[in-house]
Amino acid sequence: MTTRPFRVLIGKPGLDGHDRGAKFVSRALRDAGFEVVYTGIRRTPEEIAAAAVQEDVDAVGLSLLSGAHNELFPAVIAALEKAGGGDIPVFGGGVIPAEDIPGLKRAGIRSVFTPGTPVKDIIASVTALCQAQAAKV
Amino acid sequence: MATHPALQDWQDKVLKKMLDKAPEMRPEFTTLSGLPAERVALPTVIDDAYVAKVGFPGQYPYTRGVQPTMYRGRLWTMRQYAGFSTAEESNKRYRYLLDQGTTGLSVAFDLPTQIGYDSDDAIARGEVGKVGVAIDSLADMEVLFNNIPLDKVSTSMTINAPAAVLLAMYVAVGEKQGVPSQKLEGTIQNDILKEYIARGTYIFPPRPSMRLITDIFAWCSQNTPSFNTISISGYHIREAGSTAVQEVAFTLADACAYVDAAIAAGLDVDVFAPRLAFFFNGSSDLLEEVAKFRAARRMWAKIMKERFKAKKPQSQMLRFHTQTAGYTLTAQQIDNNIVRVAMQSLAAVLGGTQSLHTNSKDEALALPTEDSVRTALRTQQIIAYESGIINSVDPLAGSYYVEGLTDTIEREALALMSRIDELGGVIPAIEAGFIQRQIEDAAYTYQSAIETNDRIIVGVNKFQAKESITPPVFRVDASVGANQAAKLKSLREKRDNVKVDAALAALATAAKGTANLMPPILDAVRLYATLGEICNVLRKEFGTYSDLKSR
Repeated sequence: MTTRPFRVLIGKPGLDGHDRGAKFVSRALRDAGFEVVYTGIRRTPEEIAAAAVQEDVDAVGLSLLSGAHNELFPAVIAALEKAGGGDIPVFGGGVIPAEDIPGLKRAGIRSVFTPGTPVKDIIASVTALCQAQAAKV
Repeated sequence: MATHPALQDWQDKVLKKMLDKAPEMRPEFTTLSGLPAERVALPTVIDDAYVAKVGFPGQYPYTRGVQPTMYRGRLWTMRQYAGFSTAEESNKRYRYLLDQGTTGLSVAFDLPTQIGYDSDDAIARGEVGKVGVAIDSLADMEVLFNNIPLDKVSTSMTINAPAAVLLAMYVAVGEKQGVPSQKLEGTIQNDILKEYIARGTYIFPPRPSMRLITDIFAWCSQNTPSFNTISISGYHIREAGSTAVQEVAFTLADACAYVDAAIAAGLDVDVFAPRLAFFFNGSSDLLEEVAKFRAARRMWAKIMKERFKAKKPQSQMLRFHTQTAGYTLTAQQIDNNIVRVAMQSLAAVLGGTQSLHTNSKDEALALPTEDSVRTALRTQQIIAYESGIINSVDPLAGSYYVEGLTDTIEREALALMSRIDELGGVIPAIEAGFIQRQIEDAAYTYQSAIETNDRIIVGVNKFQAKESITPPVFRVDASVGANQAAKLKSLREKRDNVKVDAALAALATAAKGTANLMPPILDAVRLYATLGEICNVLRKEFGTYSDLKSR
């Protein structure tokens, strides 16, 4: 077990400004003992990947409410690989139809949290992702 | 009934004038059981305090509404926000909505359009046509309003940072249809301050953004006298998590900043103020929301009269659009959302709204399907035609609870506005992150109460049900981005690029100086310069804004 707190980057790819969910999850993770870097809105996949690598995070969380998740979530995975962070687990949330989730998982998104998910479930899932990641290193 | 001279005065000067000008929809109004429905129910004793605080509808301080007969004279405008994919697809949806009895259009633009990027810009990847329609040039706008005569509809456009460009395109479409700009009716949102606070589709820093807005005010007062030049929006502030008090305070503080800017630019308050419109959220606490609308109306009337010395009654009237609260929609048991929307619509109508958008039940999943949009519109129609609440103006006035809440919201919102004044006004308060933090804290408190089951959301943290059927989800055709890019390529080949370049250069020159930017933008738009090209010229002159600067 690690003694340092887990580090998570919460990113908003795409152009939508709906950051209520991203900010809430950031704050809830902080309250749960995580170190959280929030990118702010309207970041490109490349900017998010660069920040994740530079901040040496254990996991990346993406929030998107515009419907562009099928394009932009995989684009973040690709950008992470290019930036040398291909092993960082990525999770996501937002207005995402259930039928899109299998495709996102195939593209490498580890968990997808849709509206109404209790935050304790998100924290548990992100903790598990970070633990697995820390055990690898 | 005790008479007060103010009542006689209102009957003679305000009510009679209205009835002479616009008779009510029927000679008499009755309840479902045939009892007479009073036009405006009044207290048995009318005293000075009542007159000063609550008063009569259509008269200062407008607590009871901006018109003396309200919905007995004319129903609110049923205006459904819509737009997706290409101009062709959205044009079809608008014509469907008009066929279904909607009475005004409300255009949703996609995010690249809202942030001033062409569809073929790399940054638009994945976003073209998703949350609204993609408009790159006048050519798209012509298709969007094909067979929709602009002298017959009023059109609201949710466009902010590049509002001048989209307004210019609308004016140019009017010219092509033979409709002079003087006859155009509608609203542009054009409220940049709440973009920095809550909504996120800013482009330029605050100062040049405010210049664009006052340029629009000045140009429209001459050229489009029936167009609302701004819709000052609390809607998105509430969606981002604010309380009702914060929604009122931040919206009216933004409004004061626009009025200050316009006066500083040399405009006469009574020339532009009648064209200021507002946009609020209709949330679930029905009676608090009614009180919120009433308080906002009274506050604005006082602010305009006392602080800005506006003399025209129209300058003191807070006219507003309402949209039901998107944030209250649940992805679980989506039919429950129909009930939430009905309740929120009641709040808006009981609060005296001028127009209303009702959300569709499936919007926590995706853009709404045509069926669910129809149900949302029917919700308004049922309230209008079956509920009876249109029979009497401001029917909740005099309720101890509602009047008390109205006073409390006014008092607390004024206190919050004073704190913003102490920080030097809205722009410094945004730059310091004060307003954003207030909203963030309120959102956190609200969500935490749900997480701990202190606040119950039916179907989410109580009364859950296993759902076996996945509702049908509306999909935007994935080829939109490629289609728009192809259209742009052909447009750039066909148009007169020498003239376009000259128009863009003239715009750059104007931006460096102090001339009104509307005429050079209109010139560029008429030559089919694209939205992205025009905004790039302004980006170069004005710089850009980032949310990281306020952290």
